[in-house]
Amino acid sequence: MANQANDRRILRVAGRGLALRGDDIDTDQILPARFLTAVTFRGMEAHVFADARAAAAAAGAVHPLDDPRSAGARLLVVNRNFGCGSSREHAPQGLHRSGIAAIIGESFGEIFAGNCVAVGMPCVQADAETIAALQDLLGTAPQTVLSLDLEQRTLTAGDRVFPVSLAAGRQRQFVDGTWDPTAVLLAAGPAIEQTLAEVQAFQG
Amino acid sequence: MGQTLYEKVFNRHVVREVAPGQYQLLADLHLLNEVSSPPAFEALRERGLHVRHPGLTFGSSDHSISTSGRADDFADKQAAGQVAAMGRNMTDFGLTYFDPAAGEHGIIHVVGPERGLTRPGMVIVCGDSHTSTHGAFGAIAFGIGTSQVRDVLASQTLLMEKLKVRRIEITGSLAPGVYAKDVALHVIHALGAKGGVGFAYEFAGAVVDRFSMEERMTLCNLAIEAGARCGYVNPDRTTYEYLHGRDHAPRGAAWDRAVAAWEQVRSDADAVYDDVVTLDGDAIAPMVTWGTSPDQSAPVDGHVADAATAAEHGWTDDVLDFMGFGPGQPVLGTRIDVAFLGSCTNGRLSDFVAVAEQIRDRGFRVAPHVRALVVPGSQRVRAAMVAAGLDRVFADAGFEVRDAGCSLCCGMNADRLTAREVCASSSNRNFRGRQGSPTGRTLLMSPVMVAAAAIAGEVTDARQLFART
Ligand code: SF4
Repeated sequence: MANQANDRRILRVAGRGLALRGDDIDTDQILPARFLTAVTFRGMEAHVFADARAAAAAAGAVHPLDDPRSAGARLLVVNRNFGCGSSREHAPQGLHRSGIAAIIGESFGEIFAGNCVAVGMPCVQADAETIAALQDLLGTAPQTVLSLDLEQRTLTAGDRVFPVSLAAGRQRQFVDGTWDPTAVLLAAGPAIEQTLAEVQAFQG
Repeated sequence: MGQTLYEKVFNRHVVREVAPGQYQLLADLHLLNEVSSPPAFEALRERGLHVRHPGLTFGSSDHSISTSGRADDFADKQAAGQVAAMGRNMTDFGLTYFDPAAGEHGIIHVVGPERGLTRPGMVIVCGDSHTSTHGAFGAIAFGIGTSQVRDVLASQTLLMEKLKVRRIEITGSLAPGVYAKDVALHVIHALGAKGGVGFAYEFAGAVVDRFSMEERMTLCNLAIEAGARCGYVNPDRTTYEYLHGRDHAPRGAAWDRAVAAWEQVRSDADAVYDDVVTLDGDAIAPMVTWGTSPDQSAPVDGHVADAATAAEHGWTDDVLDFMGFGPGQPVLGTRIDVAFLGSCTNGRLSDFVAVAEQIRDRGFRVAPHVRALVVPGSQRVRAAMVAAGLDRVFADAGFEVRDAGCSLCCGMNADRLTAREVCASSSNRNFRGRQGSPTGRTLLMSPVMVAAAAIAGEVTDARQLFART
């Protein structure tokens, strides 16, 4: 088990960045509901931002995800309340399977951020100025390599270093490699049934 | 120092603190749907795990299910496969399934309460964000993702951080023609669609105290649209009267013990909150959303945001472009193509009764250019509607009464908007593409307002249309 956790440690995410501007980008936009009838997450990457990308193409524009200058990006830079709305894990699964390994944003929908932990894709927060600086930088120099250090809680972009934040418990999960928590939860063993018995006794 | 219901219920369900501020929390009710659960069962099989407490786990197919009354009428092969997989998983793992083949199905947030599965003091989880609905009973109820569904199936627990608690008091009383839906949209408008991030919302005050359980469910259902992970109302006599005698409610001496316990989970009078907000119930009007976020709304006689208001909120012009509105335009008179009465927000019997009371024997007809759907939240709701003759009332007025399901709320079955259609909807999300067409447009409002819009063919003030002279 310890070895397995070691293999899964996420200490650093480095790669090119992609700016996705806008507040309140909900999970219906990230992964439209009509693609949710699959019984597996395999192939979910094909439907990420399907409607927004199609709309951009129809308007003769290029959606940031289809911009060849950002091809292969691993870090997404977003604004406020990214991933609000539905609990669908299809959204983080689709992003992760399309190559995104971490998201930096001003704030996140809570269920979305929790789902991201479970797929091993850290969501870290930065203030509005940092996000604006990063998005502007990626606009002018999309080749810039971003490096997220989860132990130090910093993001390096070129020669600049920004502080980022994430909850201590989640940080530990990435750093220890226990972001897939099933084994940790099962390790509680009979304490689970003990709590259940207490709850049920209280309820009469 | 007193405690809130949230703290009491949370603390009682903590198995252990895994890391500072991160708890392993027991769920005593786990609800499943066919959308978020199949990959979780796939993971259980891959890992050789079983369901730890099958007796606490219940499922229904609601999102992809057909509402046409024909079991084989799926939107596509994949939707059919999803419902089939649900049935298989429920059988293979020995779980209770509200089987569509037996006519037992419905939206899980409608089915849970009506069967008495949802009770005060519980921690309730489901792979669906509108699990917040169940908070109406004084439970901590919140949506989770598929990986957490897997974890709860395997361990009956999940990792959680504690939320802050904001008490929202709705004082006074509601004017005639103003409903729980309007209160919820008003709260979201006042506090913003992300105002509740990091909070559980405790709804209280004279208006909420007088609400029926179904009205409380409507309110808590929309807590998630206010950004709050969960919403709740402290249990009281209304709660107990609703629960008494339901399928899974305790009986006899166990009932009395349960009520005594439920009284203890109420927030203490001297409970300390992280925040308290008071809103005047008398000032709430019927609300209509005009944008693509549930806080983009106005009273029915109000206007779409003008440039200054939009700038103040940081709303961008493309919202109005998408919706086809000009800045500052009146909401009244917006032409609609589709009317949808249903969903886990407003698909319960009292919602349909409220509409039927307005239209019964008054010769109202759905406007010729409008397609109007009535979709009960569960097959039990449907049966109750038929028993009360409501299906005839709706049919006579030109509404199409269908079988239970999520239907046009999320456009995962065959009920979808097409192209740029505008839908007056009693559901909960006006997100782009939500109702099945990437360019379709949604105006959220109360069921009575939806019915008025269906009849007038445009957004209209239901209080005037249905006024009795
Ligand atoms: S009715 Fe709508 S919001 Fe409710 S569970 Fe179904 S899809 Fe989700």
